[in-house]
Amino acid sequence: MAEKGVKVFGMWASPMAIRVEWALRLKGVEYEYVDEDLGNKSEALLRYNPVTKKIPVLVHDGKPIAESTIIVEYIDETSKDGYPLMPVDPYERAQARFWARFAEDKCNAALYPIFVTTGEAQRKVVHEAQQCLKTLETALKGKKFFGGDSVGYLDIIVGWFAHWLPVIEEVSGASVVTDEELPLMKAWFDRFLAVDMIKAALPDRDRLLALNKARREQLVSSA
Amino acid sequence: MAAKEELKLLGVDVSPFAIRAHMAVVIKGVSCEYVVEDLSNKSELLLSSNPVYKKVPVLIHNGKPICESLVIVQYVDEIFSGDGVPSILPTDPYERAIARFWAAYVDDKFFPVLRGIVLALTEQERVEKATETLAAIEPLEEAFAMCSKGKAFFSGDSIGYVDLALGSLLVWIEAIRRMYNIEIISASKTPRLSAWAERFGESAAAKEVLPEVDKAVQFGKMLEAAASAAAASK
Repeated sequence: MAEKGVKVFGMWASPMAIRVEWALRLKGVEYEYVDEDLGNKSEALLRYNPVTKKIPVLVHDGKPIAESTIIVEYIDETSKDGYPLMPVDPYERAQARFWARFAEDKCNAALYPIFVTTGEAQRKVVHEAQQCLKTLETALKGKKFFGGDSVGYLDIIVGWFAHWLPVIEEVSGASVVTDEELPLMKAWFDRFLAVDMIKAALPDRDRLLALNKARREQLVSSA
Repeated sequence: MAAKEELKLLGVDVSPFAIRAHMAVVIKGVSCEYVVEDLSNKSELLLSSNPVYKKVPVLIHNGKPICESLVIVQYVDEIFSGDGVPSILPTDPYERAIARFWAAYVDDKFFPVLRGIVLALTEQERVEKATETLAAIEPLEEAFAMCSKGKAFFSGDSIGYVDLALGSLLVWIEAIRRMYNIEIISASKTPRLSAWAERFGESAAAKEVLPEVDKAVQFGKMLEAAASAAAASK
């Protein structure tokens, strides 16, 4: 009997997994969500993604796809009649893919050190992260969203910042995205989180806060 | 294709990333001005076209820059398509996702450890990186069987996205063999990739674009020297 439907293997606190959920919700695609315990991964996950063994994995009619940015493009290509995620113009698409890659490679790497440092060391990495985000901010350039008038691919890829960064800031005692340093990004955070489909999939803030508080204590004490 | 299409590609012969972009353009059969950059003295055009990274390759299409090799390859594939024009990415969305996955794997998992062999500061580190690289190539050997379905390339009958992603590194894989006697691809351990590598090298696009391996060896020696100088001055 052939497997039918859409399944998402994710983890409730994962920013990568939420991208997939946002894309599916914007498209109006129904899916089954499987919440993984990353310390004890399911046999199914390991079977569907033997190469990297990571979440998220999308399984569409039994066929698995890994890597959140790739999954989001796949969702867009297979639901062409639904809400458009990728820009229509090839040059704009190239820009969106470029910035997604920049955010993944540079911004993520710049944010993590904030989480594991304190004092002067933290001040230094906060400044570096702000420079990184300022570069990304140029892609907003006077638009409501990275995608233009409505949420698009790049918003989905970097959107996790809007919900997770304030939590990381609170847990780490740092101020990163402020009105003074990153006004466009801060304003975009508010607009992004106000979108119904986006709001619908956010993990509980208190639960996220508690999880990250515990992780930071662990990481900082072992540093 | 529109009457007036101006294509310029900024690159460096030995850069695998520039090789991908260059081969993509050649495969599409479109005319493109190839500008060789001096990385120790980057042109104004490069710096202004890629202010974020200041790196090659950069494709400039009718004055508009596109950066990041895989972004360039996808762009070229989308812009130049139609009857008789070879496709680089598959048309089926699932196969496209699989191709993107393996190209990302090459960049995220394979390339860093491969490069680590050249940049290693000690023999022990070099051996570690070599071991990691040999482990990282195994899934690609399996992937070839799955993707090619018995045909010549990852993409089937002709060179495609994953072929470009990995094939652009073949010059370096061979350079590493000459420099350190480390075999990443071999007929005994990775027979499918070994045969594929030969076919890749024999292709018209590769023959036009790939530099002599010795150029990569020379560049590799420069990278080695720079790495030890940087470590010594810390």
